Amino acid sequence: MSFEQVLFYLFSAVLLAAAAGMVTVRNPVFAALLLILCFFTSAALWILLQAEFLGIVLVLVYVGAVMVLFLFVIMMIDINQAELREGFVRYLPVGLFVAVAVAMEMILVLQSAGFGRSDRYQGVQHLPGYSNTEALGELLYSDYLYPLEIAAVILLVAIVTAIVLTLRRRPDARSQNVSQQVRVERSERVRLVRMVAEKRQERKTS
Amino acid sequence: MMSPFDYAMPEIFLLAAVCVVLLLDIFLTRDLREVTYLAAQASLLATAGVVYTHAFTGNERLVGLGRHYVIDELGGVLKISILLLTMVVFVYARKFLRDQSMWRGEFFVLSLTAVLGMMIMISGYNLLVLYLGLELLALSMYALVAMRRDDGRATEAAMKYFVLGAIASGLLLYGLSMLYGLTGELSIRQIHEYLLGVPDSGANLPLLFTLVFLVAAVAFKFGAMPFHMWLPDVYHGAPTIVTLFLGSVPKIAAFALLMRLLAEGMAPLASGWSQLFLVLGLLSVAGGNLVAIAQTSFKRMLAYSTIAHMGFILLGAMTATHAGYSAAMFYVLVYALTAAGAFGVLVVMGREGFEADSLDDLKGLNERNPWLAFIMLLLLFSMAGIPPTVGFYAKLAVIKAVVDANLVWAAVIMVVMSVAGAYYYLRAIKMMYFDKPEPAPGSGGISVNAETGLDCQIVISLNGVLMLVLGVFPGLLMGVCSMALQASSL
Repeated sequence: MSFEQVLFYLFSAVLLAAAAGMVTVRNPVFAALLLILCFFTSAALWILLQAEFLGIVLVLVYVGAVMVLFLFVIMMIDINQAELREGFVRYLPVGLFVAVAVAMEMILVLQSAGFGRSDRYQGVQHLPGYSNTEALGELLYSDYLYPLEIAAVILLVAIVTAIVLTLRRRPDARSQNVSQQVRVERSERVRLVRMVAEKRQERKTS
Repeated sequence: MMSPFDYAMPEIFLLAAVCVVLLLDIFLTRDLREVTYLAAQASLLATAGVVYTHAFTGNERLVGLGRHYVIDELGGVLKISILLLTMVVFVYARKFLRDQSMWRGEFFVLSLTAVLGMMIMISGYNLLVLYLGLELLALSMYALVAMRRDDGRATEAAMKYFVLGAIASGLLLYGLSMLYGLTGELSIRQIHEYLLGVPDSGANLPLLFTLVFLVAAVAFKFGAMPFHMWLPDVYHGAPTIVTLFLGSVPKIAAFALLMRLLAEGMAPLASGWSQLFLVLGLLSVAGGNLVAIAQTSFKRMLAYSTIAHMGFILLGAMTATHAGYSAAMFYVLVYALTAAGAFGVLVVMGREGFEADSLDDLKGLNERNPWLAFIMLLLLFSMAGIPPTVGFYAKLAVIKAVVDANLVWAAVIMVVMSVAGAYYYLRAIKMMYFDKPEPAPGSGGISVNAETGLDCQIVISLNGVLMLVLGVFPGLLMGVCSMALQASSL
């Protein structure tokens, strides 16, 4: 086993363990942290495949931006643990059975057919000066410009959707109306009452 | 010589129009929202014009834009039907959104982006583009279903739709990635050529393995029987106008996905996917029709009837012949039109603060509004497949294609199940004509809104009359379908 293979198996094992842990741990904060571990190890796997740009982007975007926000959200909202886990034990046997059955079937089918290691699947070896980022950028902005633009439209729709679902006027929200405040008249603030003068009452001494 | 971006002209035009509508809406006050509506309608009509000049040039089919985009008459016909149907949807939307105090410009923007996604899917000639178009459509749809966020049922429907839709997308992506891994190609044409070169491709296990995922994803988008769980809840929970949109237009796009991905790209594997579609189709035709009988909500009943209709479309496509594809295309266009009409009647029956939903709301419709009842009668006849209406011809064409494929037993099941289905359509008709109207407790009686706008009246009347006209002259539409498919050599 070469050093690279040792690294591959190490990272894969950590990745699988972290992924399994992520769905089973009780504390949502731990789950989020385990997901971050998943992203780190997948990034390491990318880098083993000489796709350093993808690896770095995974760490920067997912760990740096998405997961940090995610952690904030988890800490902000009050998740009821008991309610979330209510059906877990009841549905576990069925879910487990289906998952194992599907996984076994898939493994059997793919094993029997054998994807066969041909030249097609041989990893590409690059020279030291090769820039992954440059190659990716060139491909993305020339051959794949049309899909890239569609992806941009999807992001636009996501923004519109987020605003549609969250921005609304709450009926009970209080706010200042400056123009009304300025236009206030004396009669609205002070009421003069005409009444007969009374003798000042003696203060009781307690 | 076309410059690369001339290929995607209709999509680029619609995207620009969407941005204009989006920005316009921000600067308009509530009273001027009418302008947003008109702008949305105008952009749909103009896009239809662009598609018309773009697709019907009499040339061979063109593949361009880095083999991502195909221009052909099939795409032209489907796109124009989608654009025109969406215009119909918007006419109903104007009435519905006002009645239900949902009169916001975002409905139009999100519907337009959904249409954009469908158009991208229809002329997508690359796995990546097909997937992205599908996601654009789905994302807009999730938002539309969830738009009424204070309604618990709508939120639940949106959540179910979102989670199950994400699973279906996962299945599709997994299948696509396997296909890419096996063939090393993303373009539909290249995949087709690669598969032609595979000896005995019908028994190639990895390819069949891939196929299962692709078929499952397509069946989910159609809402065929084992993948139908989301459909009744979403139809029921969503605001009626969203159900109207969701239940009619995207079916055409799903048909396009089926055509591009399976009928064109994986034609050499036709023996594999047609077996799967045979099972899915028969299950849908049987299950959909039988479960629909037990429904009390009109929207749920139509949801199960949709499942049955989708079964017919899958069975038509299953034959993998020109006649079968034409029949399926005819069926999907007719179905979209009929569904738009049937939900349209529900919208017209609603009024401020009241949404017609239960079957009981149909009771005595004839006394209150004979013309509307007659239109509904035509639409339900068409769904049941009763002769003078177009639904009969649509069913006949599919059944004929199935018989020609030497699957007489399947055709028999289809006919028997259609008869079972006719029961609940006729029951609705009986309620309209022979039952007394039931005043709902506390709502002061259900009366059909007298001040339904003229535009709604005209559109719903046209919709009903088309059922008859197309039923008497089915050759017009069938000719268009057949020619469009012929041009793509399908």
